[in-house]
Amino acid sequence: MSQLNLHLKVWRQNGSQPGHFQDIDAPDIPDHASFLEMMDIINERLISKGEDPVAFDHDCREGICGSCSMQINGVPHGPAKATTTCQLHMRKFRTGDTIWVEPFRARAFPVLKDLMIDRGAFDRIQQAGGFISVRTGAPQDANALPIGKVVADAAMDAAECIGCGACVAACKNASAMLFVSAKAGQLNSLPQGQPEKDRRTLGMVRQMDKEGFGNCTNQYECEAACPKEISVRWITKLNRDYAVASIKDALGNTRKEAGGGD
Amino acid sequence: MSLNSNIPSGPMAMKWSTHKQDSKLINPKNKRKFTVLVVGSGLAGSSAAATLSELGYKVKCFCFQDSARRAHSIAAQGGINAAKNYQNDGDSVHRLFYDTVKGGDFRAREANVHRLAEVSVNIIDQCVAQGVPFAREYGGMLANRSFGGAQVSRTFYARGQTGQQLLLGAYSALNKEIAGGGVQMFPRTEMLDVVTVDGHAKGIVTRDLVTGKIESHAGDAVLLCTGGYGNVFYLSTNAMGCNVTATWRAHRKGAFFANPCYTQIHPTCIPVSGEYQSKLTLMSESLRNDGRVWVPKNAADCGKVPDQIPEDARDYYLERKYPSFGNLAPRDISSRAAKEACDDGRGVGPGGRGVYLDFAEAIGQYGAKTIAERYGNLFDMYERITGESAYKRPMRIYPAVHYTMGGLWVDYNLMSNLPGLHVLGEANFSDHGANRLGASALMQGLADGYFVIPTTIANYLVNQKPGSITTEHPEFKKAVEDCTAQTKRFLNIKGKRSVDSFHRELGLLVWDKCGMARTKEGLTEALNRIPALREEFWQNVNVPGSGDFTNPELEKAGRVADFMEFAELLCLDARHREESCGGHFRSEHQYPDGEAKRDDENFSYAAAWEYTGNLSQPTLNKEPLAFEEVHLAVRSYK
Repeated sequence: MSQLNLHLKVWRQNGSQPGHFQDIDAPDIPDHASFLEMMDIINERLISKGEDPVAFDHDCREGICGSCSMQINGVPHGPAKATTTCQLHMRKFRTGDTIWVEPFRARAFPVLKDLMIDRGAFDRIQQAGGFISVRTGAPQDANALPIGKVVADAAMDAAECIGCGACVAACKNASAMLFVSAKAGQLNSLPQGQPEKDRRTLGMVRQMDKEGFGNCTNQYECEAACPKEISVRWITKLNRDYAVASIKDALGNTRKEAGGGD
Repeated sequence: MSLNSNIPSGPMAMKWSTHKQDSKLINPKNKRKFTVLVVGSGLAGSSAAATLSELGYKVKCFCFQDSARRAHSIAAQGGINAAKNYQNDGDSVHRLFYDTVKGGDFRAREANVHRLAEVSVNIIDQCVAQGVPFAREYGGMLANRSFGGAQVSRTFYARGQTGQQLLLGAYSALNKEIAGGGVQMFPRTEMLDVVTVDGHAKGIVTRDLVTGKIESHAGDAVLLCTGGYGNVFYLSTNAMGCNVTATWRAHRKGAFFANPCYTQIHPTCIPVSGEYQSKLTLMSESLRNDGRVWVPKNAADCGKVPDQIPEDARDYYLERKYPSFGNLAPRDISSRAAKEACDDGRGVGPGGRGVYLDFAEAIGQYGAKTIAERYGNLFDMYERITGESAYKRPMRIYPAVHYTMGGLWVDYNLMSNLPGLHVLGEANFSDHGANRLGASALMQGLADGYFVIPTTIANYLVNQKPGSITTEHPEFKKAVEDCTAQTKRFLNIKGKRSVDSFHRELGLLVWDKCGMARTKEGLTEALNRIPALREEFWQNVNVPGSGDFTNPELEKAGRVADFMEFAELLCLDARHREESCGGHFRSEHQYPDGEAKRDDENFSYAAAWEYTGNLSQPTLNKEPLAFEEVHLAVRSYK
């Protein structure tokens, strides 16, 4: 194990007040530490000097809860492919490096403090249709509805999304299409999700627009930044599902469905 | 005080059906008048909140994470058990029940376990209906695998992220209810205390983690779905935010804390690599289906590159000691065996605290591609963290704290001895006894939330006048004042040490004296040192910033303050239990071959501790455990 001497430029901000970069020297960082453990070490040092530690979101630290964010050297979750910030280890950096650390930037993700952002928009999008309306009770036996492995695996590919928001942060338009398409796509591609497919698609896309996310212009930065490698194929599928649902909606069909079906 | 577990009478297999029949009903119009407060949004919390809302209750749900989807159930990897017998390999409700009681080393309540096994089959149906993408076979049927300690294939899974998929299912049900107006969700809101009125739990005090605002919420019943206390050890596989505050605060208000000494050490985690380490990462024990565990026979070989150690110089100690279960021996047994090997000086890697988990044979037999399909994401995770490829050299693993079987005491209705306070999932004590089997935690969380509490809560609510208590009640004002004062106290100490430094010191002490092997002497030493450390914490902790804005250090201080108190009860319970069982191994109580020696004559009870105001002298209440169906036997996996 070796030690790294680093220099950080960290975004500091209190709520809606203007923010700034703070220069923080970070000597003697073990290269086995994770990026967040490096932040812990820095915070311990700031606290001992009587300074305000850097606030950042984190929880599971094993790449699945989606809490951690951070734009590291301009890239969401930093330089390692398919890796969240909590699983990024310092051996990916060299001694002497200057590292820029910012919050994910998007109008729909307001900064709360320093590197902490409000991603409540993602919850609201899912409340607008990201579910199958089945009550707890006694559904049919799970094996009564065979689902081919290919379909199930594809749904699982979409379901791997951890809702971190890296796709939004990577996009020059701050579009949430990769996230929304993965969430809608998982359910829209399963037989259980068919009855509500149009309503789901319209509800989620409209809520996405309402939250202030930008439009998708097919640059695919989102796919490159996604720690779970969600494919942009899902965006294609969402566009298709949305087109169909919109036409039906224009003809009045989805409203009828929303009112209880034929 | 006598404990009434309210176990229904009648034959074991009929108890839950009978109880459902006998449970009270509340008419739909009246349900709307009741408010239920659900604390926590993991599998138990989300599923309970969604289901209670579907039934018509008004629900308020709270989580400290920024979204309900981030609760730590999300991180469960391996799978969920259910007695579906889809594989036709002899599984049944009775067998799952039997395995769980035996696996829990005869320290669980039989009736609860049987109910768990019964509703396990409904959980899978429910999840599939929600769109949970379980693994499937080509014919479209659900796939199963066998999992730690089971000889049948009853585990359903979704790649290495079953927890995330099940939680997303419960979260989608929760979202449906939030959209419908039945659930009001409070993210980034931490519970600081329970409010009791005339001995009943009628509300909670919370702190808004963004604005710092401390306020109270009143309800007709309170559900704690707040997970386990593994982070008392500082290093564990739990998320950083996991804490004991909700259950500990409830304990201080009168709820009994049962069996805290039953803590689960998971055998397959990535070893500690340095002092800066903030958490330990689990490698799913499904890896043990294809990996072989070994250490060198000779301590002198420990420093060698593993492939230079010939076959006959390797000790495949699990296969040697437990020929019928081999590498699939249950968690407590595998963990202790790893510790023994390392204590024997034959551990590998930095600090000598590690054993090999070797895939060479499986790769030779099935090919690297098949192994990558099965475990690719785990191998990738291992490489990200350690910088080593498990395709080329064996993984290094070591046990780490993972789950806590102890928790608040509850009766068959999942209600604590504090009327109105219900406790679900990992936060309660009831189903896993002294040791939890793999893939059973997800099952219990969802069983409690989807199927048990929606029926049993009415037994309490039916005798309550809905909305009779509001936050205007003096008890609420007092509880808010107390919490506000505690926050000010933290901020005014302005000492020299960070919260983390205290947490780390406490964790090391508890791990050392109350970890995988415990002695009376060691526990006594811990019990002498914990109060002193707690005293120093309250004199010398440094909590920067203010209380009226986002302040993660303040949040941590509150949690660590409660761990400082809880740790003492944990060690007291461990010292009082003069036997070895499941996750609780007392070195004084073992057979000559090193196996755990239970004492059924004297310790076949759940220890439910009562807070007395003196942390060193809680009162012990006992719930005797009767075993009607599964006969007490030495738990052997040889």
